[in-house]
Amino acid sequence: MGGKIFAVLIVIIALASAVPIISHTFLGASVTPPEDISTHGKAIDEQLSVTMKEAGISFLAAQLVLGLFVWQFANRKAGATKKFPGGATAMVIVAFLFVGAEVLALGLVGSKAWGMVYFKPAASDALQVQAQAGQFAFYFRYPGPDGKFGQIHPDKIDEGNSNFFGLDPENDIPARDDITSGELVVPMNKEINLMMHAKDVGHSFYVRELRIQQDFVPGLDLAVHFTATKVGKYEIVCTQLCGLGHYNMKSYLTVMSQEDFDKWLKSQSN
Amino acid sequence: MRTSNPCIAVAIVILYPALMFAGTISGKVIFTGTPVKQKPISMAKEPSCEKQHSTPITTETVVTGANNTLENVVVYISAGADDASAPAQAVTFTQKGCQYIPHVIALHTGQELHVVNGDQTSHNIHPMAKTNPEWNKSQPPGSPPIVQKFDNPEFISVKCQIHPWMHGWFAVLKTNHYSITGDGGAFTLPNLPPGKYTVTAWHEDYGTQTQDVTVTGNETKSVDFSFKAKAY
Repeated sequence: MGGKIFAVLIVIIALASAVPIISHTFLGASVTPPEDISTHGKAIDEQLSVTMKEAGISFLAAQLVLGLFVWQFANRKAGATKKFPGGATAMVIVAFLFVGAEVLALGLVGSKAWGMVYFKPAASDALQVQAQAGQFAFYFRYPGPDGKFGQIHPDKIDEGNSNFFGLDPENDIPARDDITSGELVVPMNKEINLMMHAKDVGHSFYVRELRIQQDFVPGLDLAVHFTATKVGKYEIVCTQLCGLGHYNMKSYLTVMSQEDFDKWLKSQSN
Repeated sequence: MRTSNPCIAVAIVILYPALMFAGTISGKVIFTGTPVKQKPISMAKEPSCEKQHSTPITTETVVTGANNTLENVVVYISAGADDASAPAQAVTFTQKGCQYIPHVIALHTGQELHVVNGDQTSHNIHPMAKTNPEWNKSQPPGSPPIVQKFDNPEFISVKCQIHPWMHGWFAVLKTNHYSITGDGGAFTLPNLPPGKYTVTAWHEDYGTQTQDVTVTGNETKSVDFSFKAKAY
């Protein structure tokens, strides 16, 4: 009798767990992801949806089969049930192949969405912007009218003097017109290549509307590229616990028309 | 009538010449050349501070006044005056609008320092002391002032660990004879008994200059300092 109750319980828990998964597809706005403002976001959203459905169906099916087996065989005496052909080793191998095939299939299906952001480099005419994460603020740098970034010298970082990147304008001419901003301002419908580095510890760049989340890793120069398609102001948050002020580490992404962006850039260069 | 307390009489005899001949050293701090333009500060990540400034404030590394005068210069007697004890009154350093007000404070070794948070956000004050013990303390909005003292003379660069743009200085001195130049670049060091003094002017970016001055009596000695501005 206990076995049958347990079997029913398994099925009830499985069905209850399925509610949020099903809501994701059918319930609409309250559980759908935030507005997408990027060109690659649609593929990411579709991929997430496919993964959710596949994993949801597999999970439900596995729980139902488990429930059925418990119902059927729970009250049999030990030794009365049949063994899996080939014993435990064979069972692990079969499970491994099953799960492996599932992960591989999802990987292949998702490779397009993922590859679009992470494997394909930015177009050669993309706007180059540098992002630096440090405890506890983001700073962004534009090359200025000369189109060249000045060299970075960590020993020259002087935050009280707004030299967040460690530029050396005295000796380095390209650094003189570099524009440093506490906000990421980009033109609409233009590809941005964001070159990222951390000043101190690990941080993360996350803009949910852009469908981009990329860690800053100390010692690595990483890049992400995106094209924003909608004018507006969006929050950039650090999603990697980075210390005392992590809760307060944020910035804003402002997407403007090309015309407004040019004006903004001009107002920033002295 | 006889003096009831001989101590008062003795004190008057000793202090009389000093009070009578209290000299003053005063003057102006100027710069030559073109100083680097101060940069506007983006407070985008802290809207509660950003909205307190109708136009963005700028960095305060070099603050100038009319006629090439230089502000935020600490002018003090570095030699010649007795190392008077610390005043009982505390010096206050305020965080308001995500800015340190004032940018530079001076205090005596052992004098109480009160750090006040006047903002709606947390600050983390970090004086990067080298000869004094270094500390950094968080101060959520509404919390009482942080009370600290420094035992050794030192110019301490101060920053906020939460708002990287915030920057200030503590000038910890072994004298009470100091003056910080404000608008107009003027300073006054009063109440100096006759003697030979070394006057030092310190600027956070341009360094220090010293001049020897002899005060002979009840006079005002004029001393000016001139710093060479850096282009970058």
